[in-house]
Amino acid sequence: MLHATEVLGGEAYDAQGNFVGRVSELFIEPADQPNRVARYLLGRGKYLPLLARHDQISSVAPGVIKLNVEEKELEHFHPNEAWLAVRKDLLDQQIIDTRGRKVVRVNDVDLAEQRTNGTVELRVTDVDIGLTGATRRLLQGLASPMLIRRIQERLPARTIRWEFVNLIEPDPLRRVKLRITHDKLERMHPADLADIMEELSPAERQAIIASLDEESAAEALAELDSRLTSQIVEKMAPGKAADIIEEMEPDKAADVLAALPPETSQDVLEELQGEEAREVEALLSFDAHSAGGMMTTDFVYVGETATRGEVLEWVRGREVNVEQLDSIFMIDGDAKLSGVVPVGRLLLAANDEPLAQLKSEPLVSVGPNAKEKEIFALFDKYNLRSLAVVDTSGRPIGAITVDDVITRLRVLL
Amino acid sequence: MNWRSISTRTEQWQRRATHVRSRSRHLWRRLALLGAVLGPGLITSNVDNDAGGISTYSLAGAQFGYALLWSLVPMTIALYVTEDMCARMAVVTGKGLSDLIREEFGFRPTFFVMVAGFLVDLGNVVAEFAGVASAVEIFGITRYIAVPIAGLIVWVLVLRGTYRQVEKVFLALCSFYLAYMFSAFLARPDWLDAARHTVIPTVQFNGSYLLMVTALVGTTIAPWQFFYLQAGFVEKRIGARQYPQARADVIAGSVSCMVIVFFIIVCTGATLYASGQRNITDAAGAARALVPLAGRWASLLFAFGLLNASLFAASILPLSTAHVICEGLGFEAGIDRKFKEAPIFYWLYTILIVVGGGLILIPRAPLWRILVLSQVANGVWLPIVLIFMILLINRRELMGEHVNSRTFNDVAWVTSVAMIGLTLVLIYFGLFHPSAATGGL
Repeated sequence: MLHATEVLGGEAYDAQGNFVGRVSELFIEPADQPNRVARYLLGRGKYLPLLARHDQISSVAPGVIKLNVEEKELEHFHPNEAWLAVRKDLLDQQIIDTRGRKVVRVNDVDLAEQRTNGTVELRVTDVDIGLTGATRRLLQGLASPMLIRRIQERLPARTIRWEFVNLIEPDPLRRVKLRITHDKLERMHPADLADIMEELSPAERQAIIASLDEESAAEALAELDSRLTSQIVEKMAPGKAADIIEEMEPDKAADVLAALPPETSQDVLEELQGEEAREVEALLSFDAHSAGGMMTTDFVYVGETATRGEVLEWVRGREVNVEQLDSIFMIDGDAKLSGVVPVGRLLLAANDEPLAQLKSEPLVSVGPNAKEKEIFALFDKYNLRSLAVVDTSGRPIGAITVDDVITRLRVLL
Repeated sequence: MNWRSISTRTEQWQRRATHVRSRSRHLWRRLALLGAVLGPGLITSNVDNDAGGISTYSLAGAQFGYALLWSLVPMTIALYVTEDMCARMAVVTGKGLSDLIREEFGFRPTFFVMVAGFLVDLGNVVAEFAGVASAVEIFGITRYIAVPIAGLIVWVLVLRGTYRQVEKVFLALCSFYLAYMFSAFLARPDWLDAARHTVIPTVQFNGSYLLMVTALVGTTIAPWQFFYLQAGFVEKRIGARQYPQARADVIAGSVSCMVIVFFIIVCTGATLYASGQRNITDAAGAARALVPLAGRWASLLFAFGLLNASLFAASILPLSTAHVICEGLGFEAGIDRKFKEAPIFYWLYTILIVVGGGLILIPRAPLWRILVLSQVANGVWLPIVLIFMILLINRRELMGEHVNSRTFNDVAWVTSVAMIGLTLVLIYFGLFHPSAATGGL
């Protein structure tokens, strides 16, 4: 195994054994092969640098590479955006470790040698983020390679396999050229992704959100610190922002919009469509610290005469956020809230059991102007998972769920 | 009257009410924004007035009266310009100073910066605990009790707190610097004369005067503060759009820092210098000498200010240093992490406090020599950090339109070159005229 530090700065000799130059950069062409070092940049001081292709290399050892061609056969160097530069784009830069779900800094890059009929190809296997890479960087050229290797053996190695490395490239055009996709990020839990984004710089955050699909972007934004969310949304085109916000639950969407400067949130609201816009707008008119500001308009309600079987059938047929569903509201003939049924009770009941038999006592609800503190007290007193918000005539207009309560309590801590 | 018209009328009222509410929300938002941004600049500049700083300022007043007050104006400008560079790098790149040095200059320069930074900061931490020791001794408490307690308080504060809480404590500590203002008023100075000396420079060309100017600049613009300031703005997630607020914070910090310095110099100038007691050696000595001249209260306030400043800086310096080193070398860091998640960060932090406080507890430790040494180390270190900063902030691919203006570059270069020159002066006197150096610090 070789390391980028050992190859970079090494001397290059051609087929005749003449000195050509020093290796000053290693390029990968992701469009061709994602991990092969495709080109070696050979710096020659005041002369123009030359470029050696991977099939022109006959051997690579720490500090020395040998070519199987003569110097005059090498091409001249023209910068290419589609090449990934190991020294410039990888060493010392931050990357996302998609398996460890962390942002880390690259100390060195590990390379494996592959011999095929007389040429040697280097392939990136891991990136080194630990002390081994750090000591190598520090001592390279100052101590003998033997000594460096001996020190390294005593140090704990921390490496990340190349497949789990997600590069961070703020420039969208270059990202396409380098074939950087974020499907590994999309598969992460939104809360982990949000944590990662908080570690990055604003441009990098923007880049990640822009390249995620709308649903993943919405989920990640909802988990992000509200100040960061508004920074990101503000920099997007209103249409794109609206597309992402439409994917959010109405209360989260309202929170995001409320944190934006008034002009921007107006622009985004105009881009939102139909019912979604009305719901969000209605939520926005409430004080953020009241029940109205905390609630979501996404809740499940059924008539009080329904049986368990009918309710299940009904829920199956709709787009309900099942992971968050913990209570079902019942309404009477005047559309007034008449009871709340915890999903747990529903689970155990017989299929023909009327819902009215399952409701929890007492029936607790608040008006939209109820203060935060009252709501916290109610959740604590009755051990609630969700709380119905009703208008002056007692009709349900929203629900406050326990996760919103926890989010707000954490702010107060 | 029919029902329709009533409902339209109530709608009107509702609309008006929402309008008022959204306007008041707007105002609150702006205030909250300012409050949210306010912090790093104010805290950093005030921590500048640490133990070494207060000693230097009180000596400046005692030895030269108001004659050095003019230097506060150029120092405020230099402080603002250099701090603004950090604030700008933070809001534009969203990265800390050591992050940027690592990404732009590579591993070895970063490693060098981190090791040197650690040593210089360790010297500073020792100086802060020396300040705690001499301050409590005025109150009649032995340092062998006070320093360990202070170390423990500092250690626990950070280990058990979150960033928000810690910052609140720090902002509250800032207000205690007002103690020096009251001390100055109790000393009944000639305000008109002080004002005149602030505006009109009086330059003397002799060894001790030059030495004092060096010490003043060296203690006011400390290298570690740039790392701390930039990290503070990054941690508050302030974007480029809020740069004006960040700049306001930096200005508020630089000016308030210098106002406190002004009061310290005026206080000792009006009393110690005027009555001929010009041979004090440190801030604690100044506090003691104040008793017969300005009264017990002025003296106690002065000592309290020193204690506060030392404790304040002792809590921030180790934290900032550990943070910067981990950030640059790629270890996990931050007080929002647990010990297991960021062991190197917490170990560095602990070592700085234990070694820094421990050295003070060695009987007959030469406190003033430590102070002088840490000042010299700061002075040598500052231009190197400044040059890194100037190189970074002028990289267009990094800063875009926010690269330094011509004026800012000029001020920053003048500061660096002046610091190199002044430090050479300090080293020259330290080597060849040690007696002048001891008198000067």
